Amino acid sequence: MKAVAFDYARPRTVGGAIRLLSEKPDAKILAGGQTLGPMLNLRLAQPSLLVDITRIAELAEVEEAPDSVTLGATITHAAVEDGRVPDPARGLLQLVANGIAYRAVRTRGTIGGSLAHADPSADWLSCFTALEATVVIAGPFGRRYVPIMEFMRGALDTGLEHDELLVAIKVPKLSTRARYGYHKICRKTGEFAEAIGVAVDDPGLGIVRLVAGSTQGRPIVVDGIERLEAAADCIEAKLLAAGLGDDAYELSIHVAAVKRAIAGALAA
Amino acid sequence: MVAADQGIGARVLRKEDDRYMRGRGQYVGDIRLPGMREVAFLRSPLAHARIKSVRIPSALRDRVFIADDLAGVAPIRADTALPGFKSSVQPVLASAKVRYVGELVAMCIAPTRAEAEDVAAEIELDLEELPAVHEMLAARAPGSALVHEHWDDNLYLTTEIDVDFASVAAKAAASVTRELRTSRQAMSPLEGRGVVAHWDTRLDQLVVYSSTQQPHIVRTGLAECLGIDEGQVRVIAPDVGGGFGYKGILLPEELALSWATRKLGLPLKWLEDRRECLINGADCREHHYILTAYADSDGRLLALDCEASVDSGAYSAYPFSACLEAGQIGSILPGLYDFPHYRCRTYSVATNKPPILPYRGVARTGVCFALEVTLDALARKLGKEPTELRFASLVRPEQMPFDNITKRHFDSGDYPEALRRASDAIGLERVRERQRTPEPDGRLIGIGFAMYTEQAGHGTSVYASWGIPFVPGHEQCQARFTPDGGLELRIGAHSHGQGLETTLSQVAHSILGVPHERIKLVHGDTAQTPYSTGTWGSRCMIMSGGAVAAACDQLADRVKRIGAKLLQADPEDVRLEGGEVAGPTGRISVGEIARTWYRRPQDLPADVEPGGLEVTAGYKAKRDTGTFSYAAHAAVVAVDPDTGELEILDYVIVEDGGVLVNPMIVDGQIWGGAAQGIGTALYEEMPYDSRGQPLASTLSDYILPGPTEVPDIRILHMETPSPYTRFGQKGLGEGGAIAPPAAITNAVNDALEGSGAELLVSPITPRRIFQAIAEAPGAAR
Repeated sequence: MKAVAFDYARPRTVGGAIRLLSEKPDAKILAGGQTLGPMLNLRLAQPSLLVDITRIAELAEVEEAPDSVTLGATITHAAVEDGRVPDPARGLLQLVANGIAYRAVRTRGTIGGSLAHADPSADWLSCFTALEATVVIAGPFGRRYVPIMEFMRGALDTGLEHDELLVAIKVPKLSTRARYGYHKICRKTGEFAEAIGVAVDDPGLGIVRLVAGSTQGRPIVVDGIERLEAAADCIEAKLLAAGLGDDAYELSIHVAAVKRAIAGALAA
Repeated sequence: MVAADQGIGARVLRKEDDRYMRGRGQYVGDIRLPGMREVAFLRSPLAHARIKSVRIPSALRDRVFIADDLAGVAPIRADTALPGFKSSVQPVLASAKVRYVGELVAMCIAPTRAEAEDVAAEIELDLEELPAVHEMLAARAPGSALVHEHWDDNLYLTTEIDVDFASVAAKAAASVTRELRTSRQAMSPLEGRGVVAHWDTRLDQLVVYSSTQQPHIVRTGLAECLGIDEGQVRVIAPDVGGGFGYKGILLPEELALSWATRKLGLPLKWLEDRRECLINGADCREHHYILTAYADSDGRLLALDCEASVDSGAYSAYPFSACLEAGQIGSILPGLYDFPHYRCRTYSVATNKPPILPYRGVARTGVCFALEVTLDALARKLGKEPTELRFASLVRPEQMPFDNITKRHFDSGDYPEALRRASDAIGLERVRERQRTPEPDGRLIGIGFAMYTEQAGHGTSVYASWGIPFVPGHEQCQARFTPDGGLELRIGAHSHGQGLETTLSQVAHSILGVPHERIKLVHGDTAQTPYSTGTWGSRCMIMSGGAVAAACDQLADRVKRIGAKLLQADPEDVRLEGGEVAGPTGRISVGEIARTWYRRPQDLPADVEPGGLEVTAGYKAKRDTGTFSYAAHAAVVAVDPDTGELEILDYVIVEDGGVLVNPMIVDGQIWGGAAQGIGTALYEEMPYDSRGQPLASTLSDYILPGPTEVPDIRILHMETPSPYTRFGQKGLGEGGAIAPPAAITNAVNDALEGSGAELLVSPITPRRIFQAIAEAPGAAR
């Protein structure tokens, strides 16, 4: 199938992009096009205008602060994989990026696009949930900063308005004592994950974060974990309590993914 | 000597790969004709419905065609002569009813595909939905909705074979019964289907470029349905990016474009996209079996009793019909085993799904799965090693040639030796040793074997009784020298990955000694090649190979006679070797002889064969019941019981394809086939909901194995010549795809033996493995 005809614009500034989005409520933002491209060709998306944001210099920038790194929305998975941007999570982002789809997808696909699409099986959602990152959103009336857990409302559902643009993701820096593990279960290399497990243990920041991703909706944060070493045994009960019990197979693979992430962190 | 290095048996690099690997192939999608328009089809969104109306906006009326417009175009009928067969009538564009999701309803024409899809989106299709016949067992039950309402049930055909079955019960010491299923798949060649059609006003001829395996059969079908002379149809199959059976069909799209190009006086193009390929191309492999195997107290197979159903879809596809799969099950189910009693009933069931097509391996992939998985269950019941159970019943080499219980004539081979070598190569004893200790990672290790025979190149005597739209007879090759000593070979079959441009060149080279770079294979154009039923049934190396050899033999004789004259020698005293005619007085090259024929006729012998250096010769095997290549596959797997994840740790194939013309190409065929077999085993499945809606419409839902899913498969060869073919070669193009589902499933069931879980449905997905463990008698959870 081929896309329905659309207009195409390539603004140079965030303000320019937002003006275009304000004028055309059915406009779609085009970044890497790795999801939107197929959606257009399948005619599931039929926007009258595509706003290509890949030439907005600001969106490709990195801003480093003492306790965080802010990554521009159009930074590609490949740029993270290749270490071309700083990794505030001391290698976790690089590890995650390396496992996203295939290299060809990583070359074009962007962090911002992945987050804005909010597919529950996307890697960055689970990863940034574990890191408690903050989404930076620009709109006609300025910028707002939204914790990732509030940003995603459900599958393919975010708090983004039609005239807003996700401009960056602000990721806290982990300390030198941090350990982490990441595991996803998928049918084949490069496929969307069926289950994701993330484990981040940072005594320097005093956090132990476990996340089960690729659920029907938002990633599940496994709460009440104090020590990673003791975490594995309670995962099944925690995920059951979080509502993953409808399907024994789904529960089992999510438990396995989180346990493997824990094992990965413990082995680090 | 040159011939030995580059002829039959040599690992000659594939000639066609130069253009393939450089992106210089010419596919249907590469063809551009002046003024060409593109076609998009409006397809049925429902599986089963009455068409109440098709409303076309008046502004678009000249760009849209529906069934009523196609006056004079006959529907597609692929009948068989088998008693009791019910005929289906497949309209080119649906009228009255739609019978599967994706069936053509309207043809929309525009300068580009996108615009043609815009046109299609403007059409209002008013359908009255009918109950979908979406599951073949329900379709067989009384009271089911009918796919074809003038039938009294949903059965194209029922067949029954009974060989002294009634007397078995008294003798059998043990039996097992299993219900098995293989899921519907979508064949997925890299290049989908595609058609370009135009009417050549000079020749008053329809020219159709189509991505097909059978240009001559398509030509016959087009002429019949369009009601024009066959001489008015030329079909060209340019480079074709994989066939596998997906392109062994007369397409309604070919007919629609052929009709419309003449009507409009414009060249038309339609290229199937991947969504079309998945939805209306989900057309293979869906089988269901209830199979009982009986054995005596020594574990020797006594009998098989089977009821098999094939979901044959909404129409009987041309030319192979709706019954090829189910009909074959009855005759090939006995596999490579020798046993005395047999009963098999088969059902070709009509459903609201795309018409079934034979996919690489045809019915054998399902049959091998059903039989070999059931045999392993029998072995477990008897407490025997699965290899031992098989050794007791495999046809033995000293029985060859052997007529089995369904009168299949096995030509040659040593089946037990293939299994022994597979068992040794995979290390059965080592795996059994390893299984005694739990794995540190908690995974379960299993080993599985599966065997099959692959009948190939079977001809007239096999197909005549089927009465489908074609019966293969002799195969021809036109061979001719060019004035500069080059050799052209023209065949009616088509090469689309098989490497025939190389292997047939090797055959010619063995006989004539012409270097490969001077041999050109011409194929894929009905105007330039002899008639052929095309490329299917692993027949080309036997049939086209035999024909090329026959033509080259005749050319060799003529070349020798001319050469002898030029050498002033007696024709009896000259030999053809290394591309030269050699006699007592000297040597002369074949090229020089060709130059003499064409350009210096004054030097020819007076009694020269006036047909010159151009012949058409035909071939039919000494026995046309086909060759039987065979193999033993062995797999070792690790299964994670918590997640159902499966890893293939080792995979061995011991294959006997007779004399190998090019062992490198054979290895490629086996690897490629095995990759598809792994797809069947572990990944590929087109699920349907209760309304007959296909649920996998993109490649993120329909999972194909990729490079990281296919293990490093070790291939060992045996080479038992066929007594019936020109060089002892056997057809083997499909075998790789036959056994992996059975071998891998057997390995998984071996791994799970402790839990009592058994996998009986392919693909064996992680979810199915997990559920089998959860539901097993010894389930821990």
